[in-house]
Amino acid sequence: MSKKLLLAKAHIEGIRSYDVYRGEGGYSSVEKALKMQPAEIVEEIKKSGLRGRGGAGFPTGMKWGFLAKPEGVPRYLVCNADESEPGTFKDRYLMEFLPHLLIEGMIVSAFALGSNTSYIYIRGEYHWITDILQKALDEAKQNGWLGKNILGSGFDHEMYLQRGAGAYICGEETALLESLEGKRGNPRIKPPFPAVKGLWDCPTVVNNVETLAAVVPIINEGAEAYSKIGIGKSTGTKLISACGNINKPGIYEIEMTESVEEFIYSDRFCGGIANGKKLKACIPGGSSVPILPANLLLNTAKGEKRYMNFESLSDGGFATGSMLGSGGFIVLDEDQCIVKNTYTLARFYRHESCGQCSPCREGTGWMEKILKNIDDGKGKMSDIDLLWDIQRKIEGNTICPLGDAAAWPVAAAIRHFRDEFEWHVLNPEKCLTENYGLAHYADPIHVAVAV
Amino acid sequence: MIKFNDENLAEVEKLIQHYPEGKQKSALIPVLHLAQSQFNGWLDVPVMDYVASLLKIEPIEVYEVASFYSMFNLKPVGKYMFEVCHTGPCMINGSDKIISYINQKLNIGVGGTTEDGIFTLKTVECLGACGYAPMMQLGKNYREHLTEEKIDAIIDECRGNNSDTINNFNKMNA
Repeated sequence: MSKKLLLAKAHIEGIRSYDVYRGEGGYSSVEKALKMQPAEIVEEIKKSGLRGRGGAGFPTGMKWGFLAKPEGVPRYLVCNADESEPGTFKDRYLMEFLPHLLIEGMIVSAFALGSNTSYIYIRGEYHWITDILQKALDEAKQNGWLGKNILGSGFDHEMYLQRGAGAYICGEETALLESLEGKRGNPRIKPPFPAVKGLWDCPTVVNNVETLAAVVPIINEGAEAYSKIGIGKSTGTKLISACGNINKPGIYEIEMTESVEEFIYSDRFCGGIANGKKLKACIPGGSSVPILPANLLLNTAKGEKRYMNFESLSDGGFATGSMLGSGGFIVLDEDQCIVKNTYTLARFYRHESCGQCSPCREGTGWMEKILKNIDDGKGKMSDIDLLWDIQRKIEGNTICPLGDAAAWPVAAAIRHFRDEFEWHVLNPEKCLTENYGLAHYADPIHVAVAV
Repeated sequence: MIKFNDENLAEVEKLIQHYPEGKQKSALIPVLHLAQSQFNGWLDVPVMDYVASLLKIEPIEVYEVASFYSMFNLKPVGKYMFEVCHTGPCMINGSDKIISYINQKLNIGVGGTTEDGIFTLKTVECLGACGYAPMMQLGKNYREHLTEEKIDAIIDECRGNNSDTINNFNKMNA
């Protein structure tokens, strides 16, 4: 059974309210942290091995360590609650059911960073969650966890909520800061990084909801205990939001030692493929990470079992592997069309491109049109190579990673499912009513060659 | 004369306090949300100009933001907006069928508004409800695990609310 550090109390009735949360031991990490030195807390986070839960997996303690501390300049902590990566809906769950856990983690983090003001930037569509969080913030303040001189420690902290208004790009940390400043969500050129010049040009740390929530068990149970959970550089637990053609879609908190096979087929998790169908493919870490055919998902190219952690999912690089990313786990059964799926994702990225960089602005729209043509049975063989060429020209050539995020799904679909694209071109009428199906993808000896 | 009601004016004052002095522009997006909810669900140019004057910024600073974010409507919309997600995970679970059912049921295309001005249908990209697909946003809330029967019920619910005397737009879209 996977240990639960974040969601252990999610099902307790009334846990959303302060009284029940506090009664269950909530806010004890703040009591403990305020008696520590801020630098000690940063050290604990470093030792815990916690990696950012938003998608990039950057070590949190190291990010905190980069924060500049010029005299007389305020420092800010910003919580990235702009969860928008298709397939990802875990932060929503945390905020909806355990709003005080996020606030608790943020108070500890803000104290460690020496920040007297923090902001939670939440995607505009999560409107009802904004109300839940606001109520929790008011309760925290009434009970002395926010405001002046918290618990007599001399530490002052105010926390505010801000709603976005519908823009995937605002999940990119510098775009988020622009948006928080009341501007369009155009990512900034880095360097300078937010740790030096962030919100209103002040040193800023931007962390994901789940990352900040994980600070609570790390402080409560100690970095060492936390780092013993999981494996290698994938310490602690990870929230996985599972969706697509599975029996039990939802949020699962797992230790990163579970195998992918166990995660999909066990009744403890996804409960197998829905309607007795076969597994065709999976996007294991949110829509931008490479899609993998069943054989490469369950086992690496070397034939070893694949596990639900940062290292194992990326084993083989992009040639034969993928990424844990945000934990948005999208499962496709044998009836799903890879071309259509790739088209909807390309359309998503075109819709969300901020338009600053021409490779992304032009390239995403171009890829969308070509994919739509192929899906509609109007594609040419040369379109497949053209798609490959376009994604290569976007990747690495933009200010922010949205360009890469748009390029990778297209590249991986062609890399692993080129035959299905060709079948669409060769069968322009049949492809409108029939599916290519599993073909040989379930065959374990099929290993892609194009990289 | 375009003016926020007292409740919204007080809210604007409160929002500005969230930011350091002189950084009141940061309140722009929350204030535009308030404006859209008070002024019939969309942002007309005079409304945006009013917001600019409130926050002491140039009108263009408001226009460029309002046009960037997909939740701001720059044209009139129906009282109830069905925002149906059609990105990958929802598509896998049949969002196309839901969209065409609404097309047929309300006799409007995507982006269209019914003649009585009650319903607008819009497609949106991933709203973070992938495990509960297909889904749509209606006002403040999500409607998930959609089926044709559920769509029928939602339409009836909106039509029923619409005959109430209170301002339901604000109730459902606040």
